[in-house]
Amino acid sequence: MTNEPRDMIVIKDLHKHFGNVKAVNGVSLTVQKGKVIVVIGPSGSGKSTMLRCINHLETPTSGEIWIDGVKLGHNEKELNETRAEVGMVFQQFNLFPHLSVLENVTIAQKVVRGRSKEEAQEIAMKQLTRVGIPEKADSYPNNLSGGQQQRVAIARSLAMNPKIMLFDEPTSALDPEMIKEVLDVMLDLAKEGMTMVCVTHEMGFARSAADEVLFMDAGVVVEHTTPEDLYNNPKEERTKLFLSQILQH
Amino acid sequence: MEENSPVPIEQEGFQAKDISWWFWAIILIFIWAIYIIATRENYQDAFQFIKAGIAVTIKTALISYAFAVVLGLLAGLGRISKNIFFNNLARLYVELIRGIPMLVLIFFIALVGVPIFVDGLNAFGAWLVKIGLGFIGTPLNEFGNSAFTMNSRAIIALSVTYGAFLAEIFRAGIQSIGKGQMEAGRSLGMSYGQTMRHIILPQAVRNVLPALGNDFVAMVKDTALVSVLAVRDITQVSRLYAGSTFRFREAYVTVSVMYLAMTVALSLLIQLMERRLNND
Repeated sequence: MTNEPRDMIVIKDLHKHFGNVKAVNGVSLTVQKGKVIVVIGPSGSGKSTMLRCINHLETPTSGEIWIDGVKLGHNEKELNETRAEVGMVFQQFNLFPHLSVLENVTIAQKVVRGRSKEEAQEIAMKQLTRVGIPEKADSYPNNLSGGQQQRVAIARSLAMNPKIMLFDEPTSALDPEMIKEVLDVMLDLAKEGMTMVCVTHEMGFARSAADEVLFMDAGVVVEHTTPEDLYNNPKEERTKLFLSQILQH
Repeated sequence: MEENSPVPIEQEGFQAKDISWWFWAIILIFIWAIYIIATRENYQDAFQFIKAGIAVTIKTALISYAFAVVLGLLAGLGRISKNIFFNNLARLYVELIRGIPMLVLIFFIALVGVPIFVDGLNAFGAWLVKIGLGFIGTPLNEFGNSAFTMNSRAIIALSVTYGAFLAEIFRAGIQSIGKGQMEAGRSLGMSYGQTMRHIILPQAVRNVLPALGNDFVAMVKDTALVSVLAVRDITQVSRLYAGSTFRFREAYVTVSVMYLAMTVALSLLIQLMERRLNND
């Protein structure tokens, strides 16, 4: 990267409480342009909530989120504009079942970006080619495998030309043989210099793509280091315990 | 391995159970009624008299339903809105309407609600005239005094009543769509309204089409209630015919068969539609 460091995501002392449950309890994080951050941690550790706060799908209880120098507030219109710059991929894909694959990838381009049908379709086909399934453009989501659906979901986000991509356990709902095709797409994306925050347990992906790994537990960041360091030389007891549990088999 | 374990498989295509004896019974009733009406002078006389109300019945049902869909959609959106004002307003509307018998509502809206509204309109028009805006005020008063015939009051009453029923159908339809759909739309930068319109509603409406159809059939039947406002629908015309000739049997056999013809035809249409939706 020839660019000088630029803070794409800044999280300052983020708290998110659901009633008495403190899902995120004071997280601060800075993600520079082009960096890939992998977030791991046991279920209920607040990693997904933290991710969902980044594009304000969850409104933080307190704390600040800055996206590319813009602080997120409560203004809906500004939030919509910011969300268009931040792609998100969900565990359950969340494709629009009543729309064809091509329409899934063009709808937000047309509605949000105001692109013409032709332009949107051209961009959509480019993104579908990039994720390897241009031939499925006219299919409907229900006729695709899980891996294909997730790749369409990635293409749908990429078609908006986001500055940041958030991945919320993108492979957790997939059959094992389909995980690789999704990870390959994510790996390519990482190599192309996309700023990414990925909640995932795919250790292979973390080792080969991540610049930094966060280990979260009970709503706080327990360890924040490089993947090699975390896996080979975990410092905290909780990290060791978690890694031993997921790496045992 | 029990790969071929016997699983009851839904049979496809035309089956005897699709059209059972009740259907043939209705067909028989129709044939019998048509035969009677065609051959007996009294029945023919009744039919000729009553058919003058068919246009009013169909027009009332169609227009009221169209308004009810708009009202129902707005109220349904209100019911799920996070905006406390709209949410409560929609809830108030639905609860008020559902708590009062439809017949009473029709009397109330036509004979109390609309007159109050017209009085208000007239007062507003008179005020406009007084402050020198006669070019708006005078036509407004003319409109207020002429537009609210009993026919249009009947349509308003049915629309308002059915709007509340449809609101609950739309609400259920919207809530049947997973939360992930809204999140996916919002994460792409679409606003709440845009996501509702392009993502949620198309799926929700599709899910509730059968229920919407059933309510249309119910509305066709409930148009009979507007006869209490002396609107000349087929029920009212039958009453007039029976009252003046004392041929009760002829009048009510004929009007019943007319309603049946409409509702059975509509029900079959809805079944067809449902089957096509399920096959998609």
